[in-house]
Amino acid sequence: MDLSLTVGALRLANPLIAASGCFGYGVEYADIVDLSALGGVAVKGLFIAEREGHPPPRIVETPSGMLNAIGLQGIGVHRFIKERLPELRERRATVIVNVCGTTLDEYVEISRILSDHEGVHAIELNISCPNIKEGGITFGCSLPGTHGVVSAVRKATSLPLIPKLTPNVTDVASFAKAAEDAGADAVSLVNTFLAMAIDVHTRRPKLSNIVGGLSGPAIRPIAVRMVYECRRAVKIPVIGMGGIATADDVLEFMIAGANAVQVGTMNFVDPFIWTKLLDGLRGYMARHGIARLQEIVGSVDTTKRETAWISS
Amino acid sequence: MPVDIDAAVIANRRLSADYNILAFDAPEIAAAARPGQFVMIKTSGGQDPLLRRPFSIFEILRGADSRPTGVSIFNKRIGLGTTLLSSVEPGMRLPVLGPLGRPFEPIDPPAEAWMIAGGVGLAPFITLASALAARGTRATLFYGARRADELHCVDLFEALGVTLVLATEDGSRGVHGRVTLPLGAALAARPLGSPVKLFVCGPTPMMRACADLAGAHGRACDVSLEQVMGCGLGGCYSCVVLARPSVGPGSEGSKPHHTRTCVDGPVFDATRIVWEAVAGH
Repeated sequence: MDLSLTVGALRLANPLIAASGCFGYGVEYADIVDLSALGGVAVKGLFIAEREGHPPPRIVETPSGMLNAIGLQGIGVHRFIKERLPELRERRATVIVNVCGTTLDEYVEISRILSDHEGVHAIELNISCPNIKEGGITFGCSLPGTHGVVSAVRKATSLPLIPKLTPNVTDVASFAKAAEDAGADAVSLVNTFLAMAIDVHTRRPKLSNIVGGLSGPAIRPIAVRMVYECRRAVKIPVIGMGGIATADDVLEFMIAGANAVQVGTMNFVDPFIWTKLLDGLRGYMARHGIARLQEIVGSVDTTKRETAWISS
Repeated sequence: MPVDIDAAVIANRRLSADYNILAFDAPEIAAAARPGQFVMIKTSGGQDPLLRRPFSIFEILRGADSRPTGVSIFNKRIGLGTTLLSSVEPGMRLPVLGPLGRPFEPIDPPAEAWMIAGGVGLAPFITLASALAARGTRATLFYGARRADELHCVDLFEALGVTLVLATEDGSRGVHGRVTLPLGAALAARPLGSPVKLFVCGPTPMMRACADLAGAHGRACDVSLEQVMGCGLGGCYSCVVLARPSVGPGSEGSKPHHTRTCVDGPVFDATRIVWEAVAGH
């Protein structure tokens, strides 16, 4: 049974990746999760410098989901390399570093620094965090901005390059195409949906940042649709995410067009989710006689409609 | 190392309209638990609420042969998750992840331990009282609530040889006033040569007042903080408090950082905490 895939020159053993921002720097989970058994670990977003992030409250639950406005608190790229990367190497994790920037130069510089270090396997360009004012999403919300930052980082690194796209645009597929044209090896989507929650008794926002990003099962059907649209727009691998909780959810994203997936919010609910998802994928492959899981990518049959859904 | 157990509810003991004690069959967690640690409990099988809730381990339950068999939690009905936990039936199973967090460090004689609890902040103190009793450390519980009928489980502390100082805001039991009133008097009366350490858990304003009193009287003070948590394992950075990296006299000068309550706490030296930045609840 082959669950593997490739992103640029990088081979992932399976399509399950821990989503950035939802798995610390990976090392937090090393005692309870076999990091080497994951397809990849996308570590928390890094700027050059350390960042304190937003004051609490930073999260609030909503039906089947949650809002977060952490504000990209982080230890910066230098401390990451010194203090976290050695353990990730020791644990044989496939490390995808989520790179943030307030300027184009910062994205380039961090990517260049990371390229010099053994144990960094890929770069995920965070051009989609809804929770910071400067940089980031301003690149991700403009087609020339996306093309520009991906092109610039492309010149600075030979590591597989994965821009992470925001869903807070009219046509996400055009951004996937811009990223592909600029030399991206894959795209990942979706980051969170900009959202808001208010306490009606105090009439105050529930998050210190006023607005935050919605994640979890609540967004899954929208994310599946966006993955489907991107699959039709680009040839590079698509990494899908949005509220994945079960192996069926993984399969749904893959059939819609994702080559791999990331799991974020549901890892909070069940940190042992990974073996359950892998077992579920293997069971599905066995039941359907699938030798290579990549065979199902984009296999949704839109010439037919599911008619039995009422009884399911 | 924390484990996740699909734990059967052994008992749901209702204490009042708002409070209940839930006991879980969870021997692995009970065997590993240290004083002041917590568990993350999924309160519903569905997705509302989606996230787990953190609870201090209230009691480490033991069988007839004194082997650890499970843990209990002290639940106060506040929101959706705690309301669900107030009505679960024995036999139901809920995912319980733990033990988690930095524990209390019990102290040894001749030092005395003073535990100060406000309301549901009683939760982490039975495990601490047990550890203190095992070391022969004299312990006092200062326990405050709004009314007499909100003071729960004092018999469990009496059984551990803990001296009780109770306070109610309406004067219906013990000292009339907040728990900081008898605490302040006791601190003032204590000779400086008699070592004592404070352990505090309760509403933020109360913990801050206790920390101020401890500072004014030159006593060490640990606080157990409760914050909204996403994961309990250090992955999400939701539960941060502004805390100085170092402790003790002079630490006021060191630069505070957003520090995760789940892995760097929930127990902190009170001098580390920047109270102005801690959400009050």
